[in-house]
Amino acid sequence: MKKNNGASFWQKLRELDQVSWDNPLDKQLCQAVGDESEDEKRESDPFDYAMHEAQLDERRERLYLEERLQLGMLHAWSGRQGLRWLEIGYRVLSLLFCVAIITFLMTTVLALPPLGAENNPTNNEVSQRYIEKGVAETGSVNMVTGMILDYRAFDTFGESTVLFVAACSVLLLLKLGEHTPDAPSLSMLEAEYDDRHHEPKNDAILQMAARILVPVILLYGIYIVLGGHLGPGGGFSGGAVMGAGLILYLNAFGFEKTGRFFTYKTFRWVTFLSLMTYAGLKSYSFFMGANHLNSGISLGTPGAILSSGLILPLNICVGLIVACTMYAFYTLFRKGGM
Amino acid sequence: MPFVRNVPFFSIMLCMVCGISSAMLPGKIARRLTVMLSLAVAVMNAFLLAHLVSAGESYHYLMGHFEAPWGNELRAGPLEALLAVMMSVVLLLSALGGMRKMGEQVDGKKQNIVCTMLDLMLAATLSMLYTNDLFTGYVFIEIMTLGSCALIMSRQNGRTMVSAMRYMIMSLLGSGMVLIAIMLTYTLTGHLLMENIREAITALYASGQYRTPLTVTIGLFFVGLGIKSALFPFHTWLADAYGYSTPSASAVLSSIVSKAYILLLLKIFVRMVGMDVVRGLHLNDLLFGFGVIAMVMGSLSAMHSHDLRRMVAYSSVAQIGYLFAGMGLGIDAGLVAALYHLMVHSAAKSSLFISSSALADASQGSKRFSDLRGAGKRNPVAGVCFSISAMSLVGIPVLGGFVSKLYFSEAAFAYGGVHMWVLLLALVISTLLNVLYFMKTVITLYRVPQEGRLYEPANHGATATVAMCGFVALNLLMGILAQPIVTILRDGLGLFV
Repeated sequence: MKKNNGASFWQKLRELDQVSWDNPLDKQLCQAVGDESEDEKRESDPFDYAMHEAQLDERRERLYLEERLQLGMLHAWSGRQGLRWLEIGYRVLSLLFCVAIITFLMTTVLALPPLGAENNPTNNEVSQRYIEKGVAETGSVNMVTGMILDYRAFDTFGESTVLFVAACSVLLLLKLGEHTPDAPSLSMLEAEYDDRHHEPKNDAILQMAARILVPVILLYGIYIVLGGHLGPGGGFSGGAVMGAGLILYLNAFGFEKTGRFFTYKTFRWVTFLSLMTYAGLKSYSFFMGANHLNSGISLGTPGAILSSGLILPLNICVGLIVACTMYAFYTLFRKGGM
Repeated sequence: MPFVRNVPFFSIMLCMVCGISSAMLPGKIARRLTVMLSLAVAVMNAFLLAHLVSAGESYHYLMGHFEAPWGNELRAGPLEALLAVMMSVVLLLSALGGMRKMGEQVDGKKQNIVCTMLDLMLAATLSMLYTNDLFTGYVFIEIMTLGSCALIMSRQNGRTMVSAMRYMIMSLLGSGMVLIAIMLTYTLTGHLLMENIREAITALYASGQYRTPLTVTIGLFFVGLGIKSALFPFHTWLADAYGYSTPSASAVLSSIVSKAYILLLLKIFVRMVGMDVVRGLHLNDLLFGFGVIAMVMGSLSAMHSHDLRRMVAYSSVAQIGYLFAGMGLGIDAGLVAALYHLMVHSAAKSSLFISSSALADASQGSKRFSDLRGAGKRNPVAGVCFSISAMSLVGIPVLGGFVSKLYFSEAAFAYGGVHMWVLLLALVISTLLNVLYFMKTVITLYRVPQEGRLYEPANHGATATVAMCGFVALNLLMGILAQPIVTILRDGLGLFV
């Protein structure tokens, strides 16, 4: 009896295996039957496909478990109570682990030098020079801007590239096919439907508010970017404000209206050109600096709008990258395109 | 300053510019650009290597007009140049070998973005190699983390989505730990430049001040970068991530990305903290212990798997254990052995990934051992490539793995004591397990296929053939040129400290 059961179990398992998407023969079979083939399924809806695979795995697991339940008391125990105990144990252990890590890190923090003490290690010649000579050496009244865009401009180039990489990753994950309204793909229509279903259209209050607020927000963003070397602000914060303005406009007026001045193509070109400008300007300055040549970049009078050498153009580049990336994230997560 | 000394800066900037441009180019051109880029970087760094070996020195390179503790700085020596050449050659061959598969498995409109990621991976690796500034290292860790996720999910099916998500969570945890460690380092020393940190840490250690935070900081660096480089208990993300993504992505992730994290950790331990302090705080025993366990457990997991790519992936865990065990000895002989093994492993592992995908193609896309019988005859180039690299990792003489195991044992004898016996025992067990699973695979590849199975002939394309021949040559060279390579490594390490 038992043996028979075992045989049927393996048979069932094999049947399930044959539905597995990795088997090339089944691919042919599916195509012969005229069913949607594996590749199409995978392309058209990767998440659906993942769900399908997970379901298959689950069925396989359940079958295996059922079989094991018939094998004996120990297996039966491990299948019912054992699993529950395992789960409880796992939760308790992870809680203990978290508490241990928190205690550990808190102890460390308590043993650190006290905040703001005069003879702290951080109070050394590095910050002293930034504070005392920063304005004279970078031409930027805002010390932080001088540090991130002149003293340590290479790091900031890396940070802008991080934003670019993040935007590209989201693009890779969420971008649907090319937007041609004449021949839309199924997934595109679905996304469009979802968008119509969940997002408000032509909300009068929102539109009125946006009409008043968006120009102010954008102007304020531009002000923060352009004044980055004169006072608090800079590319990262100003870009975030501009991105928020764009997102508000999009929410109020929809994709068609934003599409008149900001499309996927605009996003690509603006990001590309900003990063290239940054790379070009800073490469020149790095090369000259490393080879101890005079770069010939004038710092101007600190405090004037056209001063501090390369910092102003670099701030503009960073601001554009940040604004575009924020807007791109929003549109990609909302509809998989612009 | 001789012009050739601009190479580190040129190669990093070139990689970043090419990566950014690739996002604007059509997929086909972007793919070619990646290949040309890695070739150019390899040639440039080879010139730098020749220059530095003949000059016998290392140098600092200002990134801008401000000198070291205030501005960013790069630092290059023979060790960094050699590793840069190696990494760019491996990227060249991996990109070439997986080019056609990438065309099949990645959406046509998105191939250029995968190329962007590959270029930026090289940029990040070079920056981690050449940087002399801790925070620059962190910026490029971020680029690498996001880029690797994109590489894993570039082939969009259920498995890669799930594994990319898992990788992301684990990897961000690691990044977070490294960031906390950097903040603690800055609070304790007031510097981000490696030499200044070292001075400050040596003084702190001698005075006995802030002992707890110092220990925690070094521990956080180790755990954070250990998670990212798939050290044994933190390796759960690895098998799926390497097993189901495109062959290029697997090769790059296993041979370049995880190696870059290990090199950064080495830099932090050797240059920034100083091995004396690490030994004094007994943290090297932590590395050693984790490494030895990984050597055995990774091999055991590899034996369990029934899927070729997953087996190759798990064997990475064991090999990374070797690196950590070598570093954990804390003496120069151990570091040289670890560095040499790192180069051997990145040559062998990338070639295993590329050739195993070609072998699976010759077996109707199946990666199960039962279907792979006779695959070595159906695709002779891939078969030879796989066998040579597997033999290199097992440690057959003439090939690189043999030499590195020899150096590991030498280092163990030089260290003596309990560590010697533990390391030797782990080496023996791990090598035996390696033989079992790798040789089983190699024999399977040349067995008579199952009765009644008909295989359609598969063409893997000329570029893949070239790449696999390149991999065979690289693996052979690693063994034949072992002596000069180790000499450069040893001298470079002397300048590195």
